[in-house]
Amino acid sequence: MEAINPRGSGVKRKRGSGEQWRAAMFLTPSWLLLLLFFFVPALLTFYLAFTNMSLTGAAAAQTEFIGFKNFTNMFQDATFRTSVFNTILFLLFSAVIGQQVMGFLIAFLMNGRNRTFRSVIGSIVIAGWVAPEVVCAFVWFAFLNDSGTANAMIESIGLKPITWLYTFPMVSVIFANIWHGTAFSMLVFQAALGDVPREVEEAAMIDGASAWQRLIRITIPMIIGSVVTNMVLVTLQTLGSFTLIYALTGGGPGNATETLPIYMYHQAFVNYQLGYGTAISLMLLLIGIIASLLYMKLLKVKL
Amino acid sequence: MTGTKKWLAGTIAALTVLTAACSGNTGTSDSAGNQANAGGQATKTVKVAYGKWNETDNWGKWLADVKVEFEAANPGVKVELQPIEGSQYATKIPLLMMDGKTSPEVLAEDSFMINADSEAGYLEPLDVASWSDWSNFNDGIKAAVTGKGDSIYGVPFSTDVRGLYYNKELFKQAGLPVPWEPKSWDDILSASRIIKEKLPDIIPFWMNSGKAGQEATTMQTLEMLLYGTDNTLYEDGKWVTQSPGMLSSLQFINSIYSEGMGPKLSQVLTSQAGQVLETDLMPNQKVAIVLNGNWLTGNWAENGGKPWPEALDVYGFVKMPTQNGQEPGFTSMSGGWTLSVGAKSKEKELGFQFIQMATNKVNNKKFAILDGALTPRTDVASDEEYTGQPGTLYGVAAEFITYTHVRPSNSEYPGVSTQIQEMVEKVASGSLSPEDAMKEYAKNVERTVGAEKVTAK
Repeated sequence: MEAINPRGSGVKRKRGSGEQWRAAMFLTPSWLLLLLFFFVPALLTFYLAFTNMSLTGAAAAQTEFIGFKNFTNMFQDATFRTSVFNTILFLLFSAVIGQQVMGFLIAFLMNGRNRTFRSVIGSIVIAGWVAPEVVCAFVWFAFLNDSGTANAMIESIGLKPITWLYTFPMVSVIFANIWHGTAFSMLVFQAALGDVPREVEEAAMIDGASAWQRLIRITIPMIIGSVVTNMVLVTLQTLGSFTLIYALTGGGPGNATETLPIYMYHQAFVNYQLGYGTAISLMLLLIGIIASLLYMKLLKVKL
Repeated sequence: MTGTKKWLAGTIAALTVLTAACSGNTGTSDSAGNQANAGGQATKTVKVAYGKWNETDNWGKWLADVKVEFEAANPGVKVELQPIEGSQYATKIPLLMMDGKTSPEVLAEDSFMINADSEAGYLEPLDVASWSDWSNFNDGIKAAVTGKGDSIYGVPFSTDVRGLYYNKELFKQAGLPVPWEPKSWDDILSASRIIKEKLPDIIPFWMNSGKAGQEATTMQTLEMLLYGTDNTLYEDGKWVTQSPGMLSSLQFINSIYSEGMGPKLSQVLTSQAGQVLETDLMPNQKVAIVLNGNWLTGNWAENGGKPWPEALDVYGFVKMPTQNGQEPGFTSMSGGWTLSVGAKSKEKELGFQFIQMATNKVNNKKFAILDGALTPRTDVASDEEYTGQPGTLYGVAAEFITYTHVRPSNSEYPGVSTQIQEMVEKVASGSLSPEDAMKEYAKNVERTVGAEKVTAK
């Protein structure tokens, strides 16, 4: 017995370490790629945020370490505060509320309907999502500009045209982003709703629960994990959203739609302050992390 | 069996990646080797980067002609033109110049960037001492192309002046005097008010007002106003961020927009604003007064984007008055573009030769007439074909030059300029009052250049 056991485990261990070695070998290329294209740039970004790296001028020839100066500057910068505010506004209304509520609503209404209905509605909504951001921006520009479709409709019923992108810039980009991103939330919720067992709902129905009670007490608690996952994902997508706003309003007029990614671009590539732009990108990362942790804490879910 | 299969698949995948990576490498080294081996036979490439500002693309036409001439004169040399869209030019050109693989041999450089870019080590000092043609360039403009270490970093190919275009027909319809000779800002404002009242469909006053307009907003708008007051942008090594003159300039912009005398913001704050003005608003006579530069005529030339032979019969071009008509009575701003050699490029010698050809008397005259730009060459300036060219403002512009100012020649200027654009857009869009916009500008400039380099008057 005693003689067999060590032998047995020895063979097992040998086989185990062989498997591991093989697994490691197969993982190595992807690890190397991750290291090269993700960790190195990430660390570099972290370092550059503390330098005065610039696209032109003497600082471009010789980059210097300047400690926390970029960050102290940032907090004294009124435009930075405006763009943090804009980012939160954009995030809250377009992603957390807009896309999620719309996505859930569509998924919920489609749940259990017939196949044709589902596939027709589904493809229409998804069309907004498969369109690249810049195409989206063009579609919405064609719709909202001074002589665009929206104004043509308004004028046809005898009202005065509205310069949407200048009078309501934030509302315009929020609507564009809801239109663009709703499909993602819809797909996530569709999958989640499909997993809710019918029996539970039927049992509640027999017990006399109204449709509203079933939704609030049964359905939503059962898919809360997907809600949080979705919330984190759309938050991160929206935080990084650059093309849509940049192509639609360029962050303007004034700073009305200047979110952090736009502000970062302007500082890094228009004002030529690469180091400062990098510091802003770190703040963006921080906001993403804080928001994700907050959701999990608030909804008491672990991913 | 399955294990072997997995191994095989894995190996093949790994090999594919490896060979792809390697073949990429050998491919480039091969072609580089070929070039070196072939020696004199090999094609050397001179990359020429320039801004394509509109569909007319006069710079492209000029440089394409020079390319043909240069390639004929230098067998084995290929010139590669790299047009860059105008609104992206300021961002893309430093990104190109910072790396040896992409740095163009020749690039169009706005003279205000010469200091910053030479400090950054992007530009090659030019050996103008041994170039006899250099003496034909205007001495005043040479100062603007001097950078780090008092060397020359660019050969000017154009200069310009700014002033007021006014529509004579609309002025007559509104009962305003023609010819119009404004003596102060109040004259401009009162004329605009009359036009707004008498011709409600017409835009009374147009000026570049947005961040999208980039340097045009700084120079054609704010500096044209500011240098007509008793203050300037930069004095004795310090940025004058707050001054009565700065405030008055912003109040002028505020008056235009808050009284509804400017264009719609949706029209003027976009990067297409200039194109719309030159090809629609002015030719279709929808705007009465325009604060802008002499080069607009280039669009209306026979071969321009919007041929319009009567342009200068319809629009007069007059000097911009000082704020209250104070001495010397008028003001203008001049800048200009140069051709520079990228310091990190390969064929720097050929690059300079290309520049010498592009800016020689014949080619510069051709370019100036084509583009409506003012020449920086004294021999072209006195050439009869140039001075007598119809549809241009050469005759008028000569007088403007006596009142002109240049921008601070300083490596911090580009950064300050973008802050100015932001300030102007905020006032134009009404999101900040002139006072608050100036305070914010002062703070932002102080943050960028340091507290010891700003002052208030």
